[in-house]
Amino acid sequence: MNMQTDIKGIVRGGQTLKQHRDEIMAKTKGTGHYAGLTERALHKESPILYNKLFSRLRAGVVDARETAKKIAASPIVEQEGELCFTLYNAAGDSILTSTGIIIHVGTMGAAIKYMIENDWESNPGIKDKDIFCNNDSLIGNVHPCDIHTIVPIFHEGELIGWVGGVTHVIDTGAVGPGSMTTGQVQRFGDGYSVTCRKIGENDELKRDWLHESQRAVRTTRYWMLDERTRVAGCHMIRKLVEEVIAEEGIEAYWKFAYEAVEHGRIGLQNRIKAMTIPGTYRQVGFVDVPYNHEDVRVPSDFAKVDTIMHTPSEMTIRKDGTWRLDFEGSSRWGWHTYNAHSVSFTSGIWVMMTQTLIPTEMINDGAAYGTEFRLPKGTWMNPDDRRVAFAYSWHFLVSSWTALWRGLSRSYFGRGYLEEVNAGNANTSNWLQGGGFNQYDEIHAVNSFECAANGVGASAIADGISHAAAIWNPEGDMGDMEIWELAEPLVYLGRQIKASSGGAGKYRGGCGFESLRMVWNAKDWTMFFMGNGHISSDWGLMGGYPAASGYRFAAHDTGLKEKIANGDPIPFGGDTDPEHPTYDAMVNPEGIKRDKQAITTEEMFKDYDLYLNYMRGGPGFGDPLDREAQSVAEDVNGGYLLERFAETVYGVVLAKGADGLFAADEAGTEALRAQIRKDRLAKAQPTREWMARERERILAKDAGTHVQQMFAASFKLGPKWEEGFRKFWDLPEEWQLKEEDLPIPSYGREYSMDLSDLPDVKTVKFVEE
Amino acid sequence: MAYTKAKIKDLVDGKIDRDTLQTMLSTPKDADRFVKYLEILQEQVPWDDRIILPLGPKLYIVQRASDKKWVVKSQAGHEFCDWRENWKLHAVMRVRETPEEMEELYPKLMAPSSDWQVIREYYCPKSGDLLDVEAPTPWYPVIHDFEPDIDAFYTDWLGLKIPERAA
Repeated sequence: MNMQTDIKGIVRGGQTLKQHRDEIMAKTKGTGHYAGLTERALHKESPILYNKLFSRLRAGVVDARETAKKIAASPIVEQEGELCFTLYNAAGDSILTSTGIIIHVGTMGAAIKYMIENDWESNPGIKDKDIFCNNDSLIGNVHPCDIHTIVPIFHEGELIGWVGGVTHVIDTGAVGPGSMTTGQVQRFGDGYSVTCRKIGENDELKRDWLHESQRAVRTTRYWMLDERTRVAGCHMIRKLVEEVIAEEGIEAYWKFAYEAVEHGRIGLQNRIKAMTIPGTYRQVGFVDVPYNHEDVRVPSDFAKVDTIMHTPSEMTIRKDGTWRLDFEGSSRWGWHTYNAHSVSFTSGIWVMMTQTLIPTEMINDGAAYGTEFRLPKGTWMNPDDRRVAFAYSWHFLVSSWTALWRGLSRSYFGRGYLEEVNAGNANTSNWLQGGGFNQYDEIHAVNSFECAANGVGASAIADGISHAAAIWNPEGDMGDMEIWELAEPLVYLGRQIKASSGGAGKYRGGCGFESLRMVWNAKDWTMFFMGNGHISSDWGLMGGYPAASGYRFAAHDTGLKEKIANGDPIPFGGDTDPEHPTYDAMVNPEGIKRDKQAITTEEMFKDYDLYLNYMRGGPGFGDPLDREAQSVAEDVNGGYLLERFAETVYGVVLAKGADGLFAADEAGTEALRAQIRKDRLAKAQPTREWMARERERILAKDAGTHVQQMFAASFKLGPKWEEGFRKFWDLPEEWQLKEEDLPIPSYGREYSMDLSDLPDVKTVKFVEE
Repeated sequence: MAYTKAKIKDLVDGKIDRDTLQTMLSTPKDADRFVKYLEILQEQVPWDDRIILPLGPKLYIVQRASDKKWVVKSQAGHEFCDWRENWKLHAVMRVRETPEEMEELYPKLMAPSSDWQVIREYYCPKSGDLLDVEAPTPWYPVIHDFEPDIDAFYTDWLGLKIPERAA
């Protein structure tokens, strides 16, 4: 007798949640169709009803987002739209989602699946009108500051689905203030972490939760209003589902909740066939972790090392329209906050795809079921240690995904779908973060979301859009200065386009922008920098150049108080040309920090100190010598390009008119470009000759320790990748590169302990490992 | 939705009007794009070899007219190698690996640090056209970025006859 079958579960029809999910997964695996739906009956028999259900639910989910966000006080939510609501079926697979930070299509589903697999049904129990909270990155969340509210949906006493809402909160009580902090190197410093906790019953939040959670973070008011935003949105969507069922019947809704996922899976496969080219695509992403610096104050010596994060990817598109993404050779997780769970890595890829391959409103888990991912266990995006920190997982998520644009764009270019080509996304930084006491004399933390508006990569037909977007939120917005000044004790002394930040090309990458902020009316204040510096993670495409990389400018003990009182000149506007800076002569030179150290930890600031917030640009497409000469002149006139690069990068000779504006000298340009092409060839060498010399450098181990560490770590986790490296360079057997032989510590190299090793914990596996 | 050859040419030339672009982006793809696209590109190249697949604005897989071999060829007419090989290994290239070389492209401080990242530029040996840029760490192998399955693409996906291919 099978005891399991006798247990009356809460799911519609009497299954337990676990039985229900097991059945869905088994049927999916057995048939290749989600939930075994070889035929979508509702869609086939009642297509109008199917589409009506879709349109009504989708519109309601979007409406809930737009309405609920007005409850929030945090400008991150209210201005930037850093929230999202998603509707799930009983198995925790998403049916459809709102606009916004749609990476959470997968992450909230992962939390629901964790509750299912770990029998939340019997303890703590799942009842109608319960409220759950989750932000645990070890089970699928992106980073702890994304807080999930999850509400089950019941019909006539049986569970028929779930709704989840997420907002990016401004502080989680981590070691340092701000939502994506840098000072901690383990999860225990990441701040408040909540694992699918029941925080409310009968639609009411529990008092112990309210008391505990609000004192676990610095920015209590924002935290509480964000939570009300999420609860309100979830309840709006629950009510919508109840109304739809009342009108259309539970049978139709139930069928829709599963057929929609299969619809999403088939939709992806069809789009792959309609837009790409079968074959194998290879690309790679990097980002710098420069921790061996005096302004990176971490608690552990073993973390104070310079390293490079590395993610090669091989994308295989098969004849039948299925595809596989393999990340063999990726770096190990590290002692920093840039690790990611496999779900956030894969779910974030759907955010990208909604902007190109699946630009429909039918965004759900179907796409995930239509894709094979291989993320080796132990890598930074599938860690095998429960100590890892996640606070700024985006540092490498954005830098590794940008490579995938290049792969896909090769297929779009080959087919002639030039309108879809994108050289890549920007590294979405800098993040101005910090905290202390603000202008209202309250404990405060800030994370300026200005970098929701970076430069976009160039396409094959036009320049990338400037200061416009962020890969993680397709509705990117830099926010109003006036709102940021209300939220932060930092006044604006300037905000302008960041010249030469977009990668050069026939079509250039969109430029980022920069804001000069002066600390004003702050007390006991700190800030830090967070972004790429030594490495530009965004390559160009087909002859286009990478976007510019980052740097920092801060000034302390500036003397500006006196200068303002005296009416003397003070810094205004942007740091237009960092090679020829203008700010520096107007402030105390002793207090200036101007260098490539684009990641720091909490540094003390006081009133009249300066902080430059530089948002990155996107990469370029095609040979810059093929850019229309007059476009280059307009770039210089518009502040997108520094004048000297018109000649050196674009080969464009400019002539200044009486109106002070530049125009292209076409004849001079033609001659200069011809000369540059000759110069290129004069300075070039056959690739194989360069390879012979580079091989000698490899044999002699002639590279920085950070470079060697990157290769050694990738070799250890990716034996196939090492084999490819050795074969390419024709390395002898005796050439070995091992982390243990390098003069820096590599804690975590040999010893790790996964979350699944804890008692009574069943982790959910989402990818091939 | 299908577009006229003139509209596709506008797209190739970067002159497409915004209304058509919006339609191209927001509606299902036109299945005959590839054929029209190849016709337009064929008219723009200075040689007679048949284009099999474009790899970049100035780089193609072509069927060599003389012997029907498929090779990678530049706009200027340089033949790199067999279509299955990595053409970059047969190109000429320049590596930027000093701050001075980086600062020809970017303002100081906005350039990558050359001990962390280098920039590798691959040119057409005949014309000096810049065909690809890689920006990896030192020591990084040259990436073979695309190996298309042209047979499946032509026959199974587009219903086209595969052009003759000499061994």
